[in-house]
Amino acid sequence: MVTTTRSAVPTPKPSRPVGIKDSLSYRTFRVVNTLVLIGVMLVTLYPFVNVIAQSFSSEGYIISGQVNLIPRGFNVETYKVVMADSMFWTNYRNTVVYTVVGTLIAMALTTTFAYALSKKRLKGRTVFIGIAVFTMFFNGGLIPNYILIKSLGMTNSIWAIVLPNAISIFNLLVMKAFFENLPEELEEAASMDGLNTYSIFARIVLPLSKAVLATMVLFYAVSFWNSWFQAFLYMDRAELYPVTVYLRNLIAGATNAASVSGGAGADGLAQVASNIQAVTIVLTVLPIVCLYPFLQKYFVSGVMLGSVKG
Amino acid sequence: MTVEQGALTTDGSTSLGPAPAAAARESMPAGPPAATKNSWRRALKKDWRLYTFLILPILFLLIFRYLPMAGNVIAFRRFRPGGSIFGDEWVGLHYVKMFISDPKFWEVFQNTVILGALSLAICFPMPILLALLLNEVRIRWFKRLVQTVSYLPHFMSIVIVAGMIFQIFSVQGTINQLISVVGVDPVNFMQDADWFRTIYISSEVWQTVGWGTILYLAALTTIDTQLYESARIDGANRLQQTWHITLVGIRPTMITLLVLNIGTFLAVGFEKVLLIYNPLTYPTADVISTYLYRIGIESSNFSYATAIGLFESIIGLVLVLGANEISKRAVGTSLW
Repeated sequence: MVTTTRSAVPTPKPSRPVGIKDSLSYRTFRVVNTLVLIGVMLVTLYPFVNVIAQSFSSEGYIISGQVNLIPRGFNVETYKVVMADSMFWTNYRNTVVYTVVGTLIAMALTTTFAYALSKKRLKGRTVFIGIAVFTMFFNGGLIPNYILIKSLGMTNSIWAIVLPNAISIFNLLVMKAFFENLPEELEEAASMDGLNTYSIFARIVLPLSKAVLATMVLFYAVSFWNSWFQAFLYMDRAELYPVTVYLRNLIAGATNAASVSGGAGADGLAQVASNIQAVTIVLTVLPIVCLYPFLQKYFVSGVMLGSVKG
Repeated sequence: MTVEQGALTTDGSTSLGPAPAAAARESMPAGPPAATKNSWRRALKKDWRLYTFLILPILFLLIFRYLPMAGNVIAFRRFRPGGSIFGDEWVGLHYVKMFISDPKFWEVFQNTVILGALSLAICFPMPILLALLLNEVRIRWFKRLVQTVSYLPHFMSIVIVAGMIFQIFSVQGTINQLISVVGVDPVNFMQDADWFRTIYISSEVWQTVGWGTILYLAALTTIDTQLYESARIDGANRLQQTWHITLVGIRPTMITLLVLNIGTFLAVGFEKVLLIYNPLTYPTADVISTYLYRIGIESSNFSYATAIGLFESIIGLVLVLGANEISKRAVGTSLW
C-alpha cells in the first residue's frame, strides 16, 4: 500500500470534483445513500439500545417479548442486585488488574523489541524479524499451548493471561515502522554527546513517540480488557475470573442464577438471568463506550501506521 | 508487513556508531567474509546495549510461540498427562490415520469450510461496499458520524457480542417480535441448527464491517481526482468511474486483505462459535477448532486433538502462502 504525501493534508474538498450538473439519477443515489448509511448506523446501535432497555426493564415485560427500544416497567432493581454481588466486583477488579499488568508488560517488550528491530545496523536483523513474522502465519495450536501453560505451572495465576499474549506481531510491526521513520539526526547527535543506547531510547526516542505509544497502549488495553478465553481455560477458581468470564458463565447458565440474583424474584431462573445478563453487559462495556469517542482517532491512526508498511 | 532486505549491506552500519572513534574504525573495509564470527563479536561489543533489548522478546517468542510449535510433535507421539510436554514414545501416523477415518472429523471439516467460505464471500466485500458508499458522502460531519458509530462494535469483547446475540435472537427477543408482527410463530433461533450460519455471519458483519472500511477509505483518498475529471470528459458516467477508477485504485488494498483473509480461512471465529453453539446446533455449528477443543481439553485426548490442530495450522499456512504466490504472479502484490 502506497501513501502519497498529497493525502497528508486533510482538505474539506470532496473526493470527487463537484459536478456542475449532477444528473437526476446521481441526486437520487445520494438520497438513497444517505438513507442506507442512516440504516447502517441504526442497525449498529440497536443491540446496544436493546440491551440498555432490557437492563432497566422488569422481567415480566422481557418474557412477554415487549422490550425493544425503551425500557418497560422501568426499575433499577437489577442493577442493585448485580452490584450487590461481591463476586462481580472481584471479577471486575481482576479485569482491571489483568489489563494494567498485561498492558505494561506488553508495552515494555514490544517497544524495546521494535526499537532494536528498527535499527538497520542490528546484525541478524532479518533473522530476528523473520522469527517474529513467521509466528503470524503458523502457531502451535490450542493443545500444545495448553500443555505448555499447564506444565509451566501458570494455571490459576495472572501469568497465564498476560504472558502468552505479551507481544502482538501486528503491533510490533506498526511500532517498528514508526521508529524507522524517526529522523536519525537526533539520535546521531545524542550519540555524539555521549549518550548510550539506553539513554537515547528513554530520553529521545520515547518522548518523540507519544502518539504511537498511546495507540499501542489502547490496542493492548482493549485486547486484555476483552479477553476471556485464556482465563476460561486456565483458571478454575471463580475469584480469579475476569468479568468477561463472569458474563460468559451467566450466558452459559453455568452460574447458578438464583445464587447470583440473591433471590431477587420468584420468577423462573432464565428471566432473572436474562435481566442480569443485560445489566452485566452494560456495566462491562460502559468504560469502553464512554472512552471510545475520545480515543477513536488513536485507534484509526494505529491502523493507518500499520498500513504504511503493509 | 514487509521483511526488509536490509542488513545485507556491510557498510550501512557506520552512521550510528556510539563514538566518533568507533565510527571511524568501523568505516574501514570489513575484512574478508570468513570473519563472520569476528564481525558478530564486534557488533555485540559495539552495540551490546541494543542486543539486550532483544533478550526478553526473543525469549518470549521461543517459549510461548516456538515451544508450542515444537509441542506439535505429540501428534506423532503418545502423550501422558504429567509426563514430558513432547510426549513419551513414537506412534507414527496413528493419530493422523485416526482423524482421517473419523467421520465426525469430516463433518466438522465441512462445516468449517462452509462457514469460512460464507465469511469470505460476505464479510470480505461488505467493508468495500460501505467504504464506497461513505466515499460518496459530501457532508463531512455525517461521514464522520457514520464512521464513529460503525467502528464501535469492533471494540466489543466477543463475550459481549455473544450476550447480545442471545438477547436479540432469543424467543422473546427483537427478531421474534418483528416476525410476530407479520404473524409468524416464534422461532427458537439459538437452538436451531438451520439458523446458526445466518446468526454467525450476520453478527460477524455487524462487528467487522465498519472497522474494515478504514484501510479502504485511506486508499480511496490517494486516488488522483484528475482521473475522474478526464473520465468525465471522456463521457464516463458515475458507475463507470467507480468501476474503472475507484475499484482499480483500491485494488492493492483489496488483494492484500484478501490474501490475509484466505490465510485465516479455516480459523473461523473459534471463540464466538464456542460461546454461541450448543449440542442442538452442532450439525452446522461444530467446526474443527471447537471439535478439537472438546476432544483435547474436555476429553483429554491431547495427541489426537493436536494431530487435528496441526492439520488445520498447516492448511492455514499453505493457504496464505498459496494466495500470496497467486497474487504476486497475477497482480504483483505480495505481503512481504
